[in-house]
Amino acid sequence: MGKTPAFVSELRFLKMNAKAQNTNDPWLHQFAVLTAIITFLLLGIGGLVTSHEAGMSVPDWPTSYGYNMFALPIKFWKGGAFFEHTHRLLASGAGFLTTILVLWLFGKNSRPFMRWSGFALLAIGIASEYLFPNRWLDGVLYSATGLTSYIASFFWPRCEWSVKWLRWLGVLTFLLVVAQGVLGGLRVTMHMDSLGIFHGVLAQFFFVLTCAIALFTSRFWGELAAKQKTFSVPRGLRSHVLFVTILIFLQLILGATMRHQHAGLAIPDFPTAYGKIWPDTGADAIAHYNTQRMDVNGENPITAFQIILQMIHRVAALAIFAGVAAAAWLSRKRLGGKNPLTKLAWFWLALIVAQILLGAWTVWSNKAADVATAHVLVGALSLVMGAFWCILAFHHSISLPEIVPATTTSDAFATIPALAANK
Amino acid sequence: MRNVLSTLAIGILGAWQAASASDIIGFISLKGTPPAEVDIGPKMIEASPDCAAMYPPGKLPTTHFYVVGPKGEFADVVVSLKGVTGKSTGAGAPPATLDQKGCLYSPQILAIQTGQKLIVKNSDNCIHNVHCTPAVPGNGERNDVQMPGGADLTYTFPQPEMFLRFKCDVHPWMFAWVSVFDSPYFSVSDKDGKFVIKNVPPGKYTVEADHRKLGAQTQDVEIKDGDVTVNFTFEIK
Repeated sequence: MGKTPAFVSELRFLKMNAKAQNTNDPWLHQFAVLTAIITFLLLGIGGLVTSHEAGMSVPDWPTSYGYNMFALPIKFWKGGAFFEHTHRLLASGAGFLTTILVLWLFGKNSRPFMRWSGFALLAIGIASEYLFPNRWLDGVLYSATGLTSYIASFFWPRCEWSVKWLRWLGVLTFLLVVAQGVLGGLRVTMHMDSLGIFHGVLAQFFFVLTCAIALFTSRFWGELAAKQKTFSVPRGLRSHVLFVTILIFLQLILGATMRHQHAGLAIPDFPTAYGKIWPDTGADAIAHYNTQRMDVNGENPITAFQIILQMIHRVAALAIFAGVAAAAWLSRKRLGGKNPLTKLAWFWLALIVAQILLGAWTVWSNKAADVATAHVLVGALSLVMGAFWCILAFHHSISLPEIVPATTTSDAFATIPALAANK
Repeated sequence: MRNVLSTLAIGILGAWQAASASDIIGFISLKGTPPAEVDIGPKMIEASPDCAAMYPPGKLPTTHFYVVGPKGEFADVVVSLKGVTGKSTGAGAPPATLDQKGCLYSPQILAIQTGQKLIVKNSDNCIHNVHCTPAVPGNGERNDVQMPGGADLTYTFPQPEMFLRFKCDVHPWMFAWVSVFDSPYFSVSDKDGKFVIKNVPPGKYTVEADHRKLGAQTQDVEIKDGDVTVNFTFEIK
């Protein structure tokens, strides 16, 4: 007995998947899209917090200036506190939406959990009223949330739960949003800039997950499985795109590290760096750069490390551009111009071009907060596009050896009898 | 009886030292043209109109990294005796004051002793967060909110540190740099570029002048029985 061909197992998986997807709900998908959009906005406001150097403007957490976060008087929403507090509120909203999304993925099976957790929250709220009367609003909020959860359990959708892996993806997303909230809070209370880097990077990963859930609950995804649509993606191309996507993620980590140095622009010019292709990072040169820097935000003096970090960021940007351009060109050549993966690759390339222009504009504008934040957001979208490409290619493709000269999807089907029959 | 005698001896020795101590006086100048200061106004108007409203129209502040007089008199240079440690009298010294006025720190450059109290006031009618970010372990980062009309905040630092940064994250253009010394022998040059380090005991010393942007310069001096003059010239290339 020989080994089962890879495409046969793929088809089995797709058929199973199709059955599971048929149970999905368009409302669930729309809710997942809403969660992803709110997460995107949250990334934006988080980016503005860092761009405005406002991360520590509200020194306490989970309270804000000693108030319950949801009851901070509007007169305090000024300057850096406006961005930081809005970020906290929107983060709470994203956490709330993620919780509902995960419960929805569990369908009618969430009802008992909602009932009991609602009951527990109600009890905590009432106990809190007695134990901490001066923090009465906290107790009211716990009680209200608990009561809402308890009542909602009776009206909760009676749909079946989603496929197991999607449910666990939802649970992972929920755990991540909780971890994100705690990380953001600890970054404030522990005065740790390094936690800000983790917070920023985890946010990008969380955004990818929410977008992925939106994709997995979509009709498009369901149809791909139900109609057994497959893409004949050569293994080499898939690996190439995976590598570029990982490179983008590493680039985002680099970007977050640069932003959380709180040193402003380490290099004030582009495409040159202090007038050269590679800047002088000797002690005298660094001292001279710091003499000439006149930042309103009066950041820390820059160091050779920060300059080298930005140079690596620039070089990595070029590598990513080359990688995505190659992915688009190879997709067109191997999959054909009409293949969804090719279209996605071209859109991805357009995003990368926009991202490079925004990076340049960030330097030219002396790191204007809105431009730098747009750079963060397009970076996040670029990561999502790479992730989507990989998900579609790895989940909906047949393992096609490199030697098969497939120039279009039709050609690829033609080369494999089993698939040609299914066509 | 023994205690009384030793106290008396210390008192006499102290008085003799004070009587024989001298001042190090000097003048700091800047050669060359510093980069132009940056207008804070647009940022102030955008982020916090209540801060901008504290200034007459068209009189919004700029950064003041280089405070230079018409003849090159260079202010905000911290001058100290290098390597003199363990002589702090900070615990008994009167507190130093850092005020928040017009959404700016005043003064922007300040020097204190280890153990000396630093009082931070809020003279503004708006909220500030007072966020000190020391780089030397042991000085301890703190971030406190200070409401308008709120109580003064008190800070002390046990370790010497140059240019310990205070900032307000609500108003991200607000900075002060506090240098902490383990002795009372330091000074900050005034708007005329002058400085005085008082009551320095006789001996050989290295005088260090530090500017936050232009770095440090040193000169060796010997104190014998009179005041000593030491001048420094910083240069922008």
